[in-house]
Formats: sequence, structure tokens, C-alpha cells
Amino acid sequence: MSIVDTSLPPSRPARLVDDFSPSLILPGAHKLCAGCGEPAAMRSVVEIIDELGLTNRAVGVFGIGCYTAFSPGMDVEVLQALHGRAPSLATGLKRARPNTIVFTVQGDGDMVNEGLQEVIHTAARGEDVTCIMLNNGVFGETGGHMTATTVIGQRTKNSLEGRSAKKHGYPIRMAEMLAPLEGVAYVARGATNNAGNVFRTRKMLESAFRAQDQGLGFSMVEILTMCPTGWFIATGDAPDYLTDKMASYHKIGVIKDVAADAQANAEELTQG
Amino acid sequence: MTKRLLEGSEALAHAMVAAGCRFFTGYPMTPFTEVLEGMARLLPDVGGSCVNAESELEAIGMAWGAAAAGTRTATGSVGQGLSLMQESLAELSFARVPMVVLNMARGQGDYFQATRGGGHGDYRHIVLAPADLAEAVLLIQQAFHLADLFRNPVMFMGDYYLAHVIEAVDITSADLGTLPAKDWALDGSSSGTGAAKIVSSIMPTKRNAPVYVKYGTYLETGGAKIAALEKGMAPLHEQGWCDDADYVVVAYGTPARIIRYVVGKLRAEGLRVGFFRPITLWPFPAEALRAATRQAAEIGVYELNAGQMIEDVRLSVRDRDAVGIGGISFDDSGFGIAPELTPARVAARIRQAMACLVVEAAA
Repeated sequence: MSIVDTSLPPSRPARLVDDFSPSLILPGAHKLCAGCGEPAAMRSVVEIIDELGLTNRAVGVFGIGCYTAFSPGMDVEVLQALHGRAPSLATGLKRARPNTIVFTVQGDGDMVNEGLQEVIHTAARGEDVTCIMLNNGVFGETGGHMTATTVIGQRTKNSLEGRSAKKHGYPIRMAEMLAPLEGVAYVARGATNNAGNVFRTRKMLESAFRAQDQGLGFSMVEILTMCPTGWFIATGDAPDYLTDKMASYHKIGVIKDVAADAQANAEELTQG
Repeated sequence: MTKRLLEGSEALAHAMVAAGCRFFTGYPMTPFTEVLEGMARLLPDVGGSCVNAESELEAIGMAWGAAAAGTRTATGSVGQGLSLMQESLAELSFARVPMVVLNMARGQGDYFQATRGGGHGDYRHIVLAPADLAEAVLLIQQAFHLADLFRNPVMFMGDYYLAHVIEAVDITSADLGTLPAKDWALDGSSSGTGAAKIVSSIMPTKRNAPVYVKYGTYLETGGAKIAALEKGMAPLHEQGWCDDADYVVVAYGTPARIIRYVVGKLRAEGLRVGFFRPITLWPFPAEALRAATRQAAEIGVYELNAGQMIEDVRLSVRDRDAVGIGGISFDDSGFGIAPELTPARVAARIRQAMACLVVEAAA
């Protein structure tokens, strides 16, 4: 074991978490819990916007949840919405300024509980906006309460014995609910519980923003995120909990991709 | 100056387009419906956009988004639909997003809703209530100007009469002076520059702003914002025959037009009666009303509700009696038209009230 020589200044300055953050995330952006899956999702969103060269056209419309910490914490224009209403604000903004790239950031409580009709109508109208839903299956900001996506059996502060279908009804699979609407160009569900899923989620975000940029219609990426605090489990157990409990019901994958389908059809025709 | 014969709603739509409104959205509901129809017809021709909202919640949300992009925007409904919009109407004030909200009221039962607001927190909206179409087409243009000037929603209060009466009106774009550039408006261009903009009801600045304003600090500025609005907006009113009046009738909106006519008739008969009409329901023209009624023994408030504006009248005059002489409309259509507004009935109520005055004076 080598002994660090402290009589001299360090060969390079100490590096903090902000030194590893993408340029579009401002220093001190959030104080979210350790093990939270939302920062990785937010990071993926801004990195993809940057990589696609869409930054100076991007406006984020934020809902209300833990992730709202990023509303003043990103170097991206932000329109703050009320709980549940972000898709309508995104609609008005995009219609008024068609050249913008507009995305919403909402949680499962925001999109599926409070604002279900807003997102459905926005999707049905085929608005060229991208809705991003961070789904952790609980109201994280209030301290772990049941949402419309909470899986059967999950314990929350207001479903102490675990969510029961008889007592609380069934969870909504949001991405699958939107996919059949004709106005929808792209729908996928990713997750941030391991490097592989983050990589897949980044690809999904890329496809969604491309669909918007090409004016193909509404796009939506649901991202499963860990909430060890709201799930009342050890931080280290959260990634596996997501795989076992959440992703077994809310399945990860691309659900609808109009552009890819069109390309596949074209290739089939060429080959035929 | 060219006058055109137009139905009220259509004239309002033309006036909004003349004012530069380029985004409109709404949900059909009488008597707001025809304004929506007018905007759907007119906006595409001027490069604007009119979106059919699936409910009033979507309507106010879409208007919010378009207004945040710096576009002159309006939406509206009637009292019931505006009840659904209250959360956003409050929050739009905190977020400092300007827009015009049409309140095409059924009767006059929504005075409290318009002037006090049904939303949360400390906020106020300027409320403009015209009595006829000529005034309406000017006031609605002024509403856009005031919204932009104060970065606050402005409410335009119409009703069934205003929406449906056909009158000859001149709609020319009113020159209301210059306004500061909307350098706060969003278009994505400041993203990635190190100074990205934010339009928010809870976080007015980004974390890296030269002065980072926290939520509590921002909430605290609410009082100062209301004071600035009240100080910056001179209340508007109309008055007639008040100088020597023993009795002054206060009324607003299109009903006031009928009441003004009746008061004029009674004057011609020799009754010492005056007329006062607030045009801005907020800020209420309190000082003007106090001055106009200084010599009056009593004030009659003719409104089609159980007594709402009368509270503002009482706050204005304080030391004088104000008595409600209107009442809730018993019109079965629910739109609050007639029969309280037949001139004979209005005249009878005023005569009755003034007869009591004489009795009191004798006693």
C-alpha cells in the first residue's frame, strides 16, 4: 500500500460530481436522494439533445415532482407547468413556435394520475412534442404514496398491505395506452437501473427527438427510475427491485416506431 | 373610419386579430362559443393558430404555452368553464405570463369569481367590463396591451348580450403606445448559452443567474406585484347626472347600458337620480365613486346576482348606505338575460327605492 505524500500539493485538483456532469446540467442542480434513478434520466435527455445538435432550439416543459429540481438546474430553456398540465403547455408553445424542439418532463403521478387526459389528447392530436415520463411507481416527492402505475403488491404509505387490484384497481401501462393512437410516431419504455438500460434509453430518446425534428408526430419515452426512499428498501437493492417488480409489469422495449416500420417496409419492397 | 354591422362575438374576434392576437383556444360553451368560431375562422388567414381544446383545462394550458413563447394569446369561457381554469389563472400571475381571458358571463353571478379570483395564493387580475360593442372592441385591444405591460393575465368581461347583439362598429387597430420587448419569451435560442431562460411560477431564475431568487423570496414579492398593478392601472368608469343626485344607481356590463337609459328617462321626468358605471371591476374606481356619490343620500346597486359588486361599492363609500335593487335573474335559459332588465321593471325599482328615500327624509 503506497502512502500519499501530503507535503506537496496534489498533482491534479480534486474533482467533484459537477466535473462529471454534462454542460447542460448546472452545478448543484439537485439534492435528490442517493440511489435515485432520475438524475441519470435527466442527464440522458440533455446529452441526446446536445448530440443531435438541437440545443439552441430546445425548450423543456416541467411538471411537478422531485425532478422539478432540474427546472432551474439545466442550461436549457424551461417553462414550468402545473402538475399534470405540461403536454398542453408544450402544445401551445410548439404551435406558436414550430421551429422549437419541445419536451415535457413528468413523473407517473404527474402524467398518469393528475394529467392523464392532457397527454392522451396531445398524443391523439399528433403534436410534434416529446413527452418524457419518469416512472418510479410512487409519489416520491410526497414521501412514497401510491400512483396509477404502482404495481400490484407494492407497499406504499397509502397502500400499506401492498397494492391490491380489488382495493386499489390495476396499474396503467402508460406507454402501451398511447401507442395505438394514430397521432403517435414513437413510444418506448427504458430504465436507468443499469448501464445497459441507460444505453437503451439513450437510443430511445434519440429516436423520439428525431421523430419530433422530422415532424412525424407525437413521441413519448417512459423511463423506469429507482426510488429506494419511496419504495422503503435499501439503496443498493433498488436496481434489482426495478427489474423484478416494476419491469416485469411495465416491460422495457420499443413499443411503436413509425419511422423504423416505414424503413423496414421500404426495404422489404426493395428486396421483394 | 368604416363601420361594419357585426354580431358582438364576431366583432370581438376581429378586434382581437387587430390587436395582434395570434393564438386562441377554447372549448365551446354559450355565450363564449361564437367567439371561438370567429377566431377559428379568422386566425389561419393571418398566420395564427386556433386550437379546439378538449376541455377548459387544455385550453388554459395551451394558451399558457403560446403566451410563454411571446405570442399574443387569448382564451376564455363562461363562469363555469373559468371555474375549471382557476388553478392556472392564479399560477399564470405568479409565472408572469400575459394573456387575455374572456369571461363571457351568464348573467352577473360571476363578479366575485372575476374580481377576487377562485385560485390559490396572492394574485389579482385587471378586469375590464364594457357596456356596448363600440367600447368592447377598444377595451379588448387595451386588454392585450395591459397584459403585456404588466405581464399578467387580464380578464375581459362580456356577457350574452355583448356576444349576440348586432351593432355597427368600427374596428381599427388602436395605437396604445410602445411596450418593452418580450426578452423573457421562450424560443429555445438561449439554451446552451450559459444563460438559458426560465418562465416559472416557482423558480423565477436559473441556478446560475447573477441573482438566484429562491422560492420563498419570490413568493414574498407577490404583494409588491399586486401593489404595482393597482398603482399602475388607473381605474376606468363612466358617470352621468351625479352632481346633484339624491340617489345614484351603480351598474356594470351590458345591463348598465339599459340602466343608463332608464336613469336618463327618469332624469327627464325630473327625478334627481344619477348613474355610475365601473368599467374596470378591478381595480375598482373607488375614489371616483366616492366623489360621484358625495351628495347622494343613498346608493342603489343594480346587479343580476344576490349582491356581489355591492361589497366593492360599500368599501368605496363606507359612510353611506348602499342597497341592492337588482336580483338573481329568473330567466329559465340560464343565460341571465331579461326579464330583470326590461326598462319598466328597472324604472319601477329605482322609483320605489327613491320613494323610500323621501319617507326617511320626512321621518
